[in-house]
Order: sequence, then C-alpha cells, then structure tokens
Amino acid sequence: MQKKNSLGKVYLTFVLILLYAPIFYLIFYSFNAGSDMSKFTGFTLDNFKTLFADSRLILIVVQTFFLAFLSSLIATVIGTIGAINLVKLKRRRRETLLGLNNVLMVSPDVVIGASFLILFTIVGMKLGFISVLLSHIAFSIPIVVLMVMPLYQEMDSSLIDAANDLGANSSQIMREIILPYLTPGIIAGFFMAFTYSLDDFAVTFFVTGNDFTTLSVEIYSRARAGISLEINALSTLVFLFSILLVVGYYYIMKNSETVGKSSNLT
Amino acid sequence: MTKRIYSVPYFLWIVFFVIVPLAMLLWQSFFDLNGHFTLNNYILYFSSGTYLLMTWNSILYALIITVATLVISYPVAYVLTKLKMKQFWLMLIILPTWVNLLLKAYAFIGIFGKYGSVNNFLQFLGIGRTQILFTDLSFILVASYISIPFMVLPIFNALNDLDDNLVNASRDLGASAFQTFTQVIWPLSLNGVRAGVQAVFIPSLSLFMLTRLIGGNKVITLGTAVEEHFLTTQNWGMGSTIAVVLVVAMLIVMRMTKERRD
Repeated sequence: MQKKNSLGKVYLTFVLILLYAPIFYLIFYSFNAGSDMSKFTGFTLDNFKTLFADSRLILIVVQTFFLAFLSSLIATVIGTIGAINLVKLKRRRRETLLGLNNVLMVSPDVVIGASFLILFTIVGMKLGFISVLLSHIAFSIPIVVLMVMPLYQEMDSSLIDAANDLGANSSQIMREIILPYLTPGIIAGFFMAFTYSLDDFAVTFFVTGNDFTTLSVEIYSRARAGISLEINALSTLVFLFSILLVVGYYYIMKNSETVGKSSNLT
Repeated sequence: MTKRIYSVPYFLWIVFFVIVPLAMLLWQSFFDLNGHFTLNNYILYFSSGTYLLMTWNSILYALIITVATLVISYPVAYVLTKLKMKQFWLMLIILPTWVNLLLKAYAFIGIFGKYGSVNNFLQFLGIGRTQILFTDLSFILVASYISIPFMVLPIFNALNDLDDNLVNASRDLGASAFQTFTQVIWPLSLNGVRAGVQAVFIPSLSLFMLTRLIGGNKVITLGTAVEEHFLTTQNWGMGSTIAVVLVVAMLIVMRMTKERRD
C-alpha cells in the first residue's frame, strides 16, 4: 500500500512539473540576453526595462485592470441583488431564470462574442471601451449569482424575523443582517468576476474596436507576429501577481465558515 | 416593496444579454450576405463536404482532447484525495489557470518552435528537428494541457465526497483493487467525470485562438470557423449558422453529461 501511494506521489509531481514547466519556461527566458526562447545567452534585466519603457503596453495593462475592476464591481452589485431576488421567487420561475442565468456560463466564448457583436451592431453602438465593459459585466453576472445564491438560501430566516420583531426596517435588515451574512459569497463572486475579466480573450476580441484593447488581445496579436522577450517579462509579472491574488483570496476566505464548496477557484 | 426596483438591472440583463443576443444569433443565421431572408446558410452547411468535414474534425479533436485530459486527470484527482493538505495541492493544480491563457499558448510557441526545447531534445536524441508547432498534434497537446485543472477539480470533488467505508467494505468482501475501482469508485465518481467532460469538451470546440497560434491554419474548429466568418470574411449569416450548430452541439453535450442521481 505504501508503495502504491508513493507511486501516486511521483505521478502527481510529474503532472505538477508538466503544468508549471511552460510558465517557468517563460519566466526563465524573460531574463535572457538573447533575442528568442531557443538559447539562453546570458542574464539580463533588459527585457523588463523595455517593458517598463513601453508606454503603450503599460497603458494597456492599466486599462485591462481598470476594466476588470469596474466590470466586476458592477457585476457584483447587479448579481448580488439578482441572487437575493431569485431566491424570493416561486420555485418554478426561479428554476427557469436560473437556467437563463447559466446560459452565459456554459456557452462557448465565440458564441457569446458573436452574439454580443450582433447586438451592439444592431443597436448602433460604437465598438470600444463601453461595448467591452458591457460584455464583461454581462458574462460576470452569472458567476456572482452562483456564488451568492447558495448562501442566501441557507441563511436562517429567523434572523430576519428576529430583526423585524426588534423593529428594524427593511434597509437596516439588508445592511445589518443580510449583506454581512452574504459577504464571503460576494467577495468570492467579485474575485471570480475579476479573474474572468482579466483572462477573457475571445469575447473581447469580438466586441472591441480599434481604439481599445486589453492585455489578452495585445498578447494575441504580438504572439502572432512572433516571439518578443518583452512578453516573457510581462508573464513573469503576471505570474507573480496571480500568486498574490490567490494568496490574498485564501487569506480573506480563511476565516469565513459560511462560504461553501462553491467558492472553489475555477 | 421599493426594493423590487433594485433588481431591475438583473432582469434587464437576462433579457438584453442572454435572451436577445441568442435570438439575434438565430435570426441572423437566416440572412445571406445581401441581407435577404434565406435558408441557404443551413442548406449549404449541411450539403457542403467542407463544412461537414470541419464539424466532424472539430468534434473529433474535442473528443481526443477530452479523453486525453480525463486519462491524465483522473489519477491526479485520486492521488490528491489521499494526501494530507489536499486543499493546498489542489490549489497548486488550479493556480496555472490564473495565468492568462494567451501567455500559456505563447510559451508553447517557444517550446515547440523549430529551435525550441522539444526540438533541441529531439536533436540531442539523434532524431533531428521536426515540425511540431502548427500541427494538429501541437494543438491537441496544448489544449489538453490547458484543460487539465478543469477536469481535476470536479473529479476531485466527487472522489473527496466518496465514503471510505464503501471502499473498505468492498475490499473486506473480497473484491480485488481493480474490482473495487470498476464497481465502486468509478461509478460513484461519475458525476464528477461528467462535469469535467462538460467543462473540457465544450470549450475545446471553440478554442480559436489556440488553433490560430498553435495549430497554424491546419486545424479548423467550429470556433475558428465562427471567428473567420464574423471577423475576416464578414459573412455574419454563415457565421451565425455555425454558431447555432455550436450551441446545439453544446446542448447535446450538456444533456449527455447531466448530473444523475441514482
């Protein structure tokens, strides 16, 4: 039995190495003095210097984060209120709406992108920051709903009854009872929406115009043009940031018991 | 109830960003390049060898990717459940999904490139440099690589909920390790497998950025075809038709992988 277990560990280690190899490969070559990812000719920080001097790329990074922050913030507000109202509905209607809610979770990116492109074109909206922002809000709302709703469902309704009996009005109940109880779900939803937005490529690619671009779209067009170690330097920073984000997420979530399995990071 | 008003954005969202776009996609699929209402897109799609072959290839690729990912991920999920600090190890498996997909694809351009590590290794073995990038093999490898965490997670959750007593009972009653696996563990983890297959198969049909960056233009999936028609040839009608096919394929897959209670 012991032997079998160690075999499993060897396998797990192997898969982990496989999963991280491409990432560390990128990071390794970001310090390369040569010009591509085939031969390491010497250590340098030049690629990072080029990166920080590239004001266009820096602007895109800032834009991407601003977009992610704004879209996930709005999606969190809309989604949280949506989740609370879904629970109040009758079972039959709730399930229909929940089905609709999940459409954007399971649809392939290209379908979402193409259908939003048709929508924006028919409405006559100019493609750019606003269309991308609306799209990101749209595909982030369902994940927030899915993170918040289970918490609200399992909340003990006697808490609300008690608050009512003690003379709290509805906005007090919302602020003092419901929202604090839902906080872990809301934070989880916000984080997920934030990462969805940061990671999205396909939908943005469809609905963005010439004057607005995000990091994913920029990496795509640069990668099509060939290898530039500036992108490697960027990967190094992105990876460090991801670790920070995950650690931060776990740190915030550590003490909350109300959040269920739904908070798993996917 | 004044609070009802606050939920208006949510219901507006359902109408304008879920129902309306899908309806418009369906509507658009009945128009040709000149804006005439027609069924020709569907007729062309189902009568043209090119489109049917492309669809078949796309499904085949997605199937290979899904099976490869499942074979790699199932043992991983199983080993994870046996560890102390399993949540930590699970997090290590999931962390790579937080790195932008495009960056991972970009890494493989370097790794699989003509003078990349894999080719250097092949050279070292005496096999010599071969074309790896821009082949269907590289597309399948990279797509599987990207999908592994999405397969591990649901299977891990299913296996983690599995009661150890059932496994012990099976062994006590004389079942071999293999029998225990096929008769007890596998059936009880099927819901996790179904969720994983769903999470990998559907995106695999539409990964157009990977087919472009890694598959060269040799691999064309349904997603690639949609992107091509919408953004390159500007034939939105045909693009929408393919997108509708993609949605139907998605619905079939979801139906087949629906969670079952027995």
